Amino acid sequence: MSSHYEAPIREPLVIGEKSYHDISVDVGAPVLGKANKSWWIVFTIALIAFLWGLGCIIYTVSTGIGVWGLNKTIGWAWDITNFVWWVGIGHAGTLISAVLLLFRQKWRMAVNRSAEAMTIFAVVQAGLFPIIHMGRPWLAYWVLPIPNQFGSLWVNFNSPLLWDVFAISTYLSISLVFWYTGLLPDFAMIRDRTKSPFQKKIYGILSFGWTGRVKDWQRFEEVSLVLAGLATPLVLSVHTIVSFDFATSVVPGWHSTIFPPYFVAGAIFSGFAMVQTLLIIMRKVSNLEDYITVLHIEYMNKVILLTGGIVTVAYITEYFIGWYSGVPYENYTYLSFGAATGPYWWAFWALIICNLIVPLTLWVKKLRRNIIWTFIVALIINVGMWFERFDIIVIDLSKDRLTSSWTMFQPTFVDIGTFIGTIGFFFVLFLLYARTFPVIAQAEVKTILKSSGESFKRLRAEHGDHVDHNVSQYPASGGPSANLTGEYFTSEEDENAKDDKLEVGDTALIDSEAKRDQVNAMLDRIGTYNPDTQTPDDLKKISGVGPVMEEKLHELGIYTYDQVSNMTDIDYELLDSIIVEFPGRAKRDDWAGQAETLKNNK
Amino acid sequence: MEAKVIHAIYTDDDLLMQAVKQTRTANYNITEVFTPFPVHGLDKAIGLEPTRLAITSFIYGLIGLTVAVLMMNFIMIADWPQNIGGKPSFNFYQNMPAFIPIMFELTVFFAGHLMVITFYMRSKLWPFKKAENPDPRTTDDHFLMQIDAGHHDVKKLTKFLYDTGAKEISLIENEEDH
Repeated sequence: MSSHYEAPIREPLVIGEKSYHDISVDVGAPVLGKANKSWWIVFTIALIAFLWGLGCIIYTVSTGIGVWGLNKTIGWAWDITNFVWWVGIGHAGTLISAVLLLFRQKWRMAVNRSAEAMTIFAVVQAGLFPIIHMGRPWLAYWVLPIPNQFGSLWVNFNSPLLWDVFAISTYLSISLVFWYTGLLPDFAMIRDRTKSPFQKKIYGILSFGWTGRVKDWQRFEEVSLVLAGLATPLVLSVHTIVSFDFATSVVPGWHSTIFPPYFVAGAIFSGFAMVQTLLIIMRKVSNLEDYITVLHIEYMNKVILLTGGIVTVAYITEYFIGWYSGVPYENYTYLSFGAATGPYWWAFWALIICNLIVPLTLWVKKLRRNIIWTFIVALIINVGMWFERFDIIVIDLSKDRLTSSWTMFQPTFVDIGTFIGTIGFFFVLFLLYARTFPVIAQAEVKTILKSSGESFKRLRAEHGDHVDHNVSQYPASGGPSANLTGEYFTSEEDENAKDDKLEVGDTALIDSEAKRDQVNAMLDRIGTYNPDTQTPDDLKKISGVGPVMEEKLHELGIYTYDQVSNMTDIDYELLDSIIVEFPGRAKRDDWAGQAETLKNNK
Repeated sequence: MEAKVIHAIYTDDDLLMQAVKQTRTANYNITEVFTPFPVHGLDKAIGLEPTRLAITSFIYGLIGLTVAVLMMNFIMIADWPQNIGGKPSFNFYQNMPAFIPIMFELTVFFAGHLMVITFYMRSKLWPFKKAENPDPRTTDDHFLMQIDAGHHDVKKLTKFLYDTGAKEISLIENEEDH
């Protein structure tokens, strides 16, 4: 019975006249419907890219790492670049689902499901690269803390590479259970809504028998909160530890104490760019524009602005301190005058333009709310953040301490193919997800509908914030139609009823001859009521018909389910023109269909 | 489960909250409520105890931390100490700064996973578990309150529920106890 008040100045997060049921329908539609042609085209392209990458991986593993463009000087290049890039992208999902949950940001609810899915799929891609880079991936289990076959020589817990193993596997698995626990109620919704027995079976298994008991919800909310509390430091630790891979080394340009915070900010920056890229397409394809609104896009752009700003400050700090130190070697690191004018000038400027300059346009509110521009900026940031990692790894390594071994990196088709393959794999997973998973956390969105839904905000603006209005005007319920006595609370409709009786006469509804003719024509179509032979039905049982509406229907001569069940669109329109208080209601609630059921159950 | 229960279906969360309070004031026994989304304050209104899952999570986290410390102490200090980059390996305390990332990760790993497993077990959620919501609409937009009708006059109870705004009311008689 709490108030659903939210400051009117806040824009609605759910647009349109939505009821709880509408949310279920909209979220279930992509799963229950059929895939369209564009989905199949994109899926095919992604699948081909994936297969191409798979071929490159098989070639690498069967031939050896020599098929990559690595050389003696540059021993890490695209593989680790791609690894860090993908891990970074994975950070936005947990940020949205965990950090924003702790901050009670309601807008996260429309985007968290897809952002978390993106996280998991991105971390899967990231994990591939170190495993391939091992050269003998079938021995990947050697990273686990088990003694080797010669005795008790163990893994090295002093090494940041081993920390990575623990950090990333913890991150992947915790993100997975967080995501899955949130999915249970939504799988249950699909299970209970689908008509296909196969889907019912599959979603029945996936939903783990979720029923929505009040105790389960209590635990569910507690688990979500605690997982958010755990995942928040976790997400910060993961990219911190990834940055340790570089920062704990002695390579100039890598050996930098600024790396952990700078990497975390960069990860969130690139992650949000990827979320924007995916969601701007998905909201269109899956018709979710009412839930993932321009406001959501603007909020995410603000996060991009903030994290992009942190990254910019880090770049400038690195550049300045390198120059200020006066050490000649610093002129060979990735943020230096030497890098800007050296053989890798294009990579340097790609970084500066994509990550530092282009995102500045988002300070302009018009551009921040412009979907096309946001999409372009997001793509540019994705590219820029790839170049950041490429610059850190390749530029820093290319000019090492021994001048004679300075060299450049030339990727082979295998390097490129593997990278493209992971992009394909990522999109294959995401496209399958978009077709089979409820892509919006509908149970959570329902909790904010009354506070942040557009129609409810409007009702509050018109009628003020008190409970009666919320109850009686909730579009799907049709008011407390069963509450005949009005003993426990008075509804809006009851109040109207009293007013109407005072002001409106019995025939006031039909104020012209034309209308009288139309009503007579309608009664001809749907049948007339004869009080001598028939008994009136309780029309209030039809959802959407309250006491007032029933009275008005009686005035028009409509008393039985039989009559209502014969109604068609013409009749609905006529009703709308005569009974102006509830436009479109009859059609929306499908009175005829309801009356048909009621008639048969009589 | 009681032999005779009444299912009252509501279509609005505020209405349900009000009905729950009225039903409890009238001393009827609410045995279960099914909702499509978490209704804030409903657990308190029904009189449920707060959940202790957060406490279990804390304990699991401590277990994870202990496992990490014992494991690394055994592997790095006791079983096979090595000189790696000159990092001191004579005792755990000296080598600990390098172990902090893993200690943290395992704490989170244990706290998170064991808590979720506990949640699934306590709420009886697992694959192939049959859903027990009495009406499929309760995962969509309907709210179902189940009241023990055992010793009450069913007519009177029905009338009462009707007045609280229930949209549908049905009497369920169970043949046997489940």
